[in-house]
Amino acid sequence: MVESLLNRLPRALRSEADFWSVRIVSERTDDHAVRNDVAQPLRLASDRGAMLVAWCGRGAGYAATADLSERGLQAALDIATQRAKACASVSLIDHTQIARPVESGTYESPAVAQTLPDRREWLERLQHECAAANIDGRIVERTAAVQLTHSEQTYLTSDGIRIDQHFRFMLPQMSVTAHANGVTQVRTLGGDYGTLAQGGVDVLAHFGFDGAGARIADEALQLVAAPNCPSGPRDLLLMPDQMMLQIHESIGHPLELDRILGDERNFAGSSFVKPAFFGSYRYGSPLLNVTFDPALPGEAAAYAFDDDGAAADKHYLIRNGVLERALGGALSQQRAGIAGVANSRASSWNRPPIDRMANLNIELGTSSLDEMIAGIGRGILMRTNTSWSIDDHRNKFQFGCEFGQLIENGELTQVVRQPGYRGISASFWRSLAAVGNEATRGVYGTALCGKGEPMQIARVGHASPACVFRDVDVFGGTR
Amino acid sequence: MNAATMDWQRHFLMLADVIEERLAPGEMSLATLAAEDSDFARFNAGKVRQIGHVSQGTLTVRLIEAERQAYSTLTICGDSNVDRDAVAGALDGLREALRDASPDPHLLVDTSTWTQTTQRRGTLPEIGSLLSVVERCAAGLDFVGFYAGGALVRGFASSGGSRGWHEVENFNFSWSLYDASGRAIKTTYASEQWSDETFASKIEEAAARMPVLAREPRTLKPGSYRAWLAPNALAELIGTASFTAFSARQQATARSELYRLNRGDVSLDERVTLIEDLDLGIAPRFNEDGYRRETVPLIEAGRGAQQLTSARTAREYGLRPNGALANEMPVSLSMQAGDLADTDVLAAIGTGLYIGNLWYVNFSDRMDCRLTGMTRFATFWVEDGEIVAPIDAMRFDDSLYRLLGSELERLGATPELLLNDSTWSERSTGGLRLPGLLARSFRLTL
Repeated sequence: MVESLLNRLPRALRSEADFWSVRIVSERTDDHAVRNDVAQPLRLASDRGAMLVAWCGRGAGYAATADLSERGLQAALDIATQRAKACASVSLIDHTQIARPVESGTYESPAVAQTLPDRREWLERLQHECAAANIDGRIVERTAAVQLTHSEQTYLTSDGIRIDQHFRFMLPQMSVTAHANGVTQVRTLGGDYGTLAQGGVDVLAHFGFDGAGARIADEALQLVAAPNCPSGPRDLLLMPDQMMLQIHESIGHPLELDRILGDERNFAGSSFVKPAFFGSYRYGSPLLNVTFDPALPGEAAAYAFDDDGAAADKHYLIRNGVLERALGGALSQQRAGIAGVANSRASSWNRPPIDRMANLNIELGTSSLDEMIAGIGRGILMRTNTSWSIDDHRNKFQFGCEFGQLIENGELTQVVRQPGYRGISASFWRSLAAVGNEATRGVYGTALCGKGEPMQIARVGHASPACVFRDVDVFGGTR
Repeated sequence: MNAATMDWQRHFLMLADVIEERLAPGEMSLATLAAEDSDFARFNAGKVRQIGHVSQGTLTVRLIEAERQAYSTLTICGDSNVDRDAVAGALDGLREALRDASPDPHLLVDTSTWTQTTQRRGTLPEIGSLLSVVERCAAGLDFVGFYAGGALVRGFASSGGSRGWHEVENFNFSWSLYDASGRAIKTTYASEQWSDETFASKIEEAAARMPVLAREPRTLKPGSYRAWLAPNALAELIGTASFTAFSARQQATARSELYRLNRGDVSLDERVTLIEDLDLGIAPRFNEDGYRRETVPLIEAGRGAQQLTSARTAREYGLRPNGALANEMPVSLSMQAGDLADTDVLAAIGTGLYIGNLWYVNFSDRMDCRLTGMTRFATFWVEDGEIVAPIDAMRFDDSLYRLLGSELERLGATPELLLNDSTWSERSTGGLRLPGLLARSFRLTL
């Protein structure tokens, strides 16, 4: 997009709308992968388009187009304006009451300008880890991959606000499958898609990519030879690459204000959290402190402004176990009269913003990993999410992990396969018994959080220390 | 007032010509297009929550030369000059990428020449009148829903001269009617021909079923229950399994959830037959590797039959490609019906569960094809062949080997065609055609 057109747009576009905005997204993605020592074909993708939004009286409409000429943008703005007028008399929200963006600004990911390895260098690095995973005849599939995404986003309003944000995302991946005696086990680096972060090549070191091939292959072999996870109540020590999923599903989604307001009831669902809960509801034990933190450097959903142009700051959502604030953008906050955060976000130029969780983190505690293990008489440690399911009010959940290890009398003992656990959000967090210190913390992220109609995925980040929960219903596989 | 739609076919053929004109000797290209002009309208409490229009086209160009290949995917805007330059740039980038590439030992494409075209015009609602009819029909109801409609296209062109085109105009409108208790009945109206009268009658029909939701709900304890899984509920189970269970690549690496069935170690009830059935006419009849898609039997009379085999998998494992997509997922899955008439379902349940919908299904033990998820929407407790109460949402955890095997009592006589309503990044083609299933026992866990 040429700078001259961006500068001209606020004056060039014409609309009868009371307010309009244009959000232009230009994204380039490179995928490199090696599977069973064979380099997979290079896949390049470039995606570019604009979302035009118009407010007319009570109504609002949007139109998305890939035609970024002045004529194309004007045509889209005309459609958005028509839609806004068409729904003005039947709009759920009175857009005359919604605050407009007031602040311009910029954001850049860490190391956004760093020169990255070329295709040959990436393949050498991936080949090395893939080959290193070939340690035994029971290993039947090995995959190493990295996805690089550059995303440039510009948001302009009819009031003259301009926001420029430049992101660089890295997603290193490693997966090893072992099979023996009718049992198949898959071990990955932080989950299939849980290792998304912003930054340069340092992201690979952050997730321990170098050396992961042999390490993950060894763990896959341990699992394929391990007994099934036993069933029954146990204390549960969750490591950060499972905590990310636990936070996401049973804190993040229930606190999304659009769900609480009923927008998602036809698809993603509602929430057990009610508007009256904010300010007094005991969500978890006093050890539970949860923040929305768009400023943690390198976390996947760090940004300075959301996609409706609101400036983003860190806020506590849950403090000492008590619910304080919702995950709702400016529009939802106005509807509900509840304090929220700047999290109105869209998956790309072709989808309108909705409330998303972005970076949602658990603040550090004081326990070391050794102390947490020592404090468990009969328990289990679980790592790395592999299965997730939760009800439409975000209460009854069942999650599965790749790797389990029993804890007996304060010591880690037997590795077990197919560990899973069930619980109810409203009571689970109240059983939080220990929160790990800085040394136990991991920062994970994914690009695959889904909700909305039309459906959209979003990048989210979850930083968490290891945590202990008391008396959780644990189970294993069938055989 | 609907936005003018563009002529995607003419534009795609022009770009295909541009690609082929620019090929050097020894080079081969395959190009695919996914495009749409869609109207979206989202409702909450009978009012408009969001409304808009999306016009988008995504072109993927694949360049092959001397057993080396690379892909470039780009958004096209519909302007001939801009897109022509973008395609030329993409080709230059691919050519540069191939310079350092190694031969790909698993490269396989169909080099035969064919032409295949599907084009169906629909009758879709004008946006203003759609809002009016929703306002009228949803009056007094807590109506939460989503309309997605418009032109949907998929294209294929190879430098060998093959041309594939799939273009339909259709809509998918799903909505939920909520009562004060927070329970709901969900309905879908999907077609290529919109009718205000049909929409109104579907809302009336759903509204008439609402009083049962207001009854005192039954809270069930974990355990095994006799259960009818309506087609929508069974679709959640089969649909989740479809991500990987029918894939030849997953079978070859022992990762298929139906690995034991496909090896012949176990079998299902002999009434279970599942086919990737292109004759349903709901998905393109060609794939991105240049093959025309085939109808493929996946499970025949309870026994594993074939798997969906992409060209790449075929070359790697010495198999025959059968027109499967690269991800080896079925998109037009059909299950053979049984003999239980709709009118006899409640009597056949006797005492047990009528499950209209399941939700958030995922694997809890892949090698046992065990799935967990939740009941949702219209799910009721039935006694002596009568619906007596809604049930509070319950979690299940059960194996398809059991549900389609030892626990299968009857299959419904009337299969339902459930069109894919997915709109992740783009509106989808395809769907499933399934009957309901009466299970002797269905395991609830929480």
